[in-house]
Amino acid sequence: MTSASETIVRPPSGPGAIYWLRKNLFSGWFNTILTVISLVAIVVVVGGLLRWAITVADWSPVVENLKLYAVGPFPSEELWRVWLIVYMVSLLMGISAGKWRGTVLTFAMGLGAAYLILSLFPMSLEYLPLNTRLRLAGNVLVLAAGFVIGLKLPIKSLWIAIAFGASFVLTLILLGGFRNAAVLPRVETGQWGGLLLTFLLAAVGIVASFPIGVGLALGRQSSLPVVKALCVLFIEAVRGVPLVTILFMASIILPLFLPEGLRIDRVLRAMIGMTLFSAAYMAENVRGGLQAIPSGQYEAAKAVGLTGIQTTSLIVLPQALRVVIPAIVGQFIALFMDTTLAIIVGLLELLAVGKAVLNSNPQWLLLDMEVYLFIAAVFWVFTYSMSFASRRVEVAVGLGKR
Amino acid sequence: MEVLQWIAQIVSAIVVIGFLIFFIRNVIDAADARGLDLGFGWMDEASGFPLSESVIDYDPSKSFGYALWVGFLNTLKVSLVGIVLATVVGLIAALSRLSSNWLVSKIATVYIDTIRNIPLLVQLFIWYFAVFQAFPSVQDALRLPGPLFLSQRGMYMTWVKPTASFVTWALIFVAGVILSIIVYRVLLHYQLRTGRSTYPFVIGTLIFVVFPLVGWFLVGSPPLQGTVPELGKFNFSGGLRLTPEFAALLVGLVIYTGAFIAEVIRAGILAVEKGQVEAARSLGLSQSQVLRLVIMPLAMRVIIPPLISQYLNLTKNSSLAIVIGYADVFFVGRTIINQAGRAVPVFLLIMACYLGLSLITSFIMNIYNRRVQLVER
Repeated sequence: MTSASETIVRPPSGPGAIYWLRKNLFSGWFNTILTVISLVAIVVVVGGLLRWAITVADWSPVVENLKLYAVGPFPSEELWRVWLIVYMVSLLMGISAGKWRGTVLTFAMGLGAAYLILSLFPMSLEYLPLNTRLRLAGNVLVLAAGFVIGLKLPIKSLWIAIAFGASFVLTLILLGGFRNAAVLPRVETGQWGGLLLTFLLAAVGIVASFPIGVGLALGRQSSLPVVKALCVLFIEAVRGVPLVTILFMASIILPLFLPEGLRIDRVLRAMIGMTLFSAAYMAENVRGGLQAIPSGQYEAAKAVGLTGIQTTSLIVLPQALRVVIPAIVGQFIALFMDTTLAIIVGLLELLAVGKAVLNSNPQWLLLDMEVYLFIAAVFWVFTYSMSFASRRVEVAVGLGKR
Repeated sequence: MEVLQWIAQIVSAIVVIGFLIFFIRNVIDAADARGLDLGFGWMDEASGFPLSESVIDYDPSKSFGYALWVGFLNTLKVSLVGIVLATVVGLIAALSRLSSNWLVSKIATVYIDTIRNIPLLVQLFIWYFAVFQAFPSVQDALRLPGPLFLSQRGMYMTWVKPTASFVTWALIFVAGVILSIIVYRVLLHYQLRTGRSTYPFVIGTLIFVVFPLVGWFLVGSPPLQGTVPELGKFNFSGGLRLTPEFAALLVGLVIYTGAFIAEVIRAGILAVEKGQVEAARSLGLSQSQVLRLVIMPLAMRVIIPPLISQYLNLTKNSSLAIVIGYADVFFVGRTIINQAGRAVPVFLLIMACYLGLSLITSFIMNIYNRRVQLVER
């Protein structure tokens, strides 16, 4: 901590690097020792890691299985569906970036940069084929085209939101296909995997848990004792146990709960478990927002003659949800990372693909570090950019400031 | 309106109870059809499976219920040790991040931002499969200063074991702790009343240190004896052994939760208003007194609630032990289900364990919160 007397306002010209060094690294003997120890630690750790990554590590289980990490055992001849979804998302991202700019634009630019880097990645064409690279580069064009559309055409925000919702439904239809159909044959959910499944689990969890969570939060605040008690019971029971037990419940006990003949798909069961878990946490986030609404708002709404439902949906919820945007994004990130637990009930999400890859070839037997570090890096890139975006949004809507 | 509300309540109650009855009847039907046992009579049967570690004596002839109890104690063990270590790591990281040394603060920031953005399960995989499984065999164990040995069989370290005079010494130690707290309070009170310096903190610490030291020599033989791991023909003997499962789970949980705790503590310290610190300084308190008597008590009010929920998260996250085979309550429960069926009653027990832990925690937290809450106008 710096004491008040130390916070000197820097003159505009800047006193130079030496002054900065002395103030931030070498002020006093204690700080100097800390700086030296830190430097040694950085050199040892970063140097050692780099040397290991370049000379010792064998990255072949990673580079030779990029398709598996991306989509798992999804049939190759049906991969165009996944590409179509990626194009769709790119287009929508581009349009929203053109429409709202700001943080969304930064995010879209990051996405474009990621496409470009991947398509130009210095790696053998055998593992990252030319057509994959071309499709990735094509996504940059789609993104740019979307940006121009969003910038020039007067599209209403509501329509973009509806388009996002529709694309979500379309994604599920595209991936699943139809039984006995010629055009879109059925792809069993057991063949969904990798990053694709990770994204799906997280997206379904967050989309489905949102309305349930809002309902539970309203129920918990309600003046009706029975409704309130039921909501409290559900929220506390779910929040009190680990997600693993909920997932196991969904995968082992849920089939027992349902009547004979009604069988639920394994991926769907995991999604139900994740949704219920996420809903309980979402309810507490929303409750935080509801409690932040001053009672004057309720009184004013009543004074204008609004009914209870109108007050809730027009006055209270819009304000409450705006307050809890950061908390909801934080929960989305947590849910995204929690999808790894699906490995425990036998789903082939990203981490499970890594484990399967390691077991698939005896030559890769001792390459756990390479594979899991790669997976950790993939997660880090997504979660860090999400939390970065959320911080930017927080600043943009002026939260945390009065 | 009144009538409508009552109708709404009754309808929702009927719907929920109806659903519950429907589910429970389905379970009973399914259990009957498949010959599953929904009772708890199985708990007295012999378990028949070994467990890799236990706090109390355990062997496969013990009952299922006893095995679950062993698992619960293992959960408590890794949680308690983890909570203490994670708090230490979190405190160090938080203070480093607030440090005026730019480099130290950046290192802490990188640690926190990296660890918080990688799923715990991936980290556990790295610790267990990539680190602890990759250690050399016992014969070529890595030797770290300490002496601390790392091998595939786990971590061996120098430890102390209590001797015959330990109980007497422990009593003296506890008496010293109590006395030092009493003396500190009395002296502080006296100082506040009269304004004369009585050095309560210095004297309290002195008692805290001197009592056990004097006790050590008073009880005759040393109450604690060091034991050093020594490599025998097949394995180490002596010292303390941590199984690779326990060690990997502990390291993973501590590093992961430590990053979250660091942010909790940092937020708490930053939440202390500047005016409070300035006021304390203008009263003539020294830097350490400002920290101890003003900043920390004020920060604690903000820190404790989220800190407790991090402790609870650590406890719940220890259920991920299932992927690396540490014998916690969840692991034992699943073993029982695999061996003997009984999915429904075993799950009820597992959930009851975790729910019990979180209820106790939130109960304690509410008491604490009521005590420290600001009196609002």
